[in-house]
Amino acid sequence: MMRKLSFMMVCLFLTLPVLAEVAGYSFESEQQEQRFMDLSEKLRCLVCQNQSLADSNAGLARDLRTELYEQVIKGNPETEIIDFMTERYGDFILYQPRFALKNLVLWLGPFLLFFIGVWGLFRFTKKTAALPAAQIDADKLQQVRELLEAEVEKK
Amino acid sequence: MSQLTENKESKPKFGLNLLPLAIFVVLMIFFFVGLGLNPRLVPSPLIDQPVPDFSLPKLKQPDVMFQQMDLQGEVSLLNIWATWCTSCRQEHEVLMKIAESKEVPIYGLFYKDDPTNGSIWLKNLGDPYRANAVDRDGRIGIEWGAYGTPETFIIDKQGIIRYKHVGPIRWQDWQTVLLPMIQKLRAADDA
Repeated sequence: MMRKLSFMMVCLFLTLPVLAEVAGYSFESEQQEQRFMDLSEKLRCLVCQNQSLADSNAGLARDLRTELYEQVIKGNPETEIIDFMTERYGDFILYQPRFALKNLVLWLGPFLLFFIGVWGLFRFTKKTAALPAAQIDADKLQQVRELLEAEVEKK
Repeated sequence: MSQLTENKESKPKFGLNLLPLAIFVVLMIFFFVGLGLNPRLVPSPLIDQPVPDFSLPKLKQPDVMFQQMDLQGEVSLLNIWATWCTSCRQEHEVLMKIAESKEVPIYGLFYKDDPTNGSIWLKNLGDPYRANAVDRDGRIGIEWGAYGTPETFIIDKQGIIRYKHVGPIRWQDWQTVLLPMIQKLRAADDA
């Protein structure tokens, strides 16, 4: 029992150095590793479209991770790596779409709708505020009361 | 009495009344079009770009290189395929028919597969390809933006990619889309 337990403990410690390597890639510095991790989260796997390169185990995702890894190791700047990917796979590979003319509506549409809403609300409240308060003749009011009371008494 | 219930609010203008309906109709159009799109079809940024630079061994002559330049000079198809790809099997029959029609040369990019498998496949099922480039590790597939085999590109005489078809080509696709496109490109070259 004790032997089994200590064997398992040893095995557990043996796994620690593996953690330093991300999915079989070894890095020269933590900074590099961080860049690799960040970028693989930002890029989409085109085969399983709702997974990032980091999450996906598809063949293509693995190939693109290798490509990404090599470019990170080479020290290519992020913009260059992003350009490399989008030149081949289009903007779709980016989880966060780029701000461009063709998707301006997507970026600005919600704000536009918000301002239209605020403007509409503003106009509406202004209009109702401008309505004259109901003016009721005191005599007429008295008349109504009497009529109502008479009705109630009847019943 | 009547004075009390009198409604002072002015009637909303006719146009404003229809606004919700207009918004609804626009949304419906967006949904109808948007939900009808196939999310698997990712538009390729390679359209109207020159063929990517590559040099790979040919499937039948491993000591001869298949290069970017080989895709220039006439309108051609480049088909990305593999033996592990089941829909490529389905597409193969159509490729054979296209090859028989002699309308356009078909080149292949043999993607992430063992050349032996490819040779057996072509021997058993027939070979519609003029030549195949062997991309064992899929590196050149990345250059072509491949994400789901089979994929087929139409390349014009100047070696510019003009069209990309994702998924197996059905005979209907060939007749209604690919062939007319090829004829149009040829006509443009002749003009």
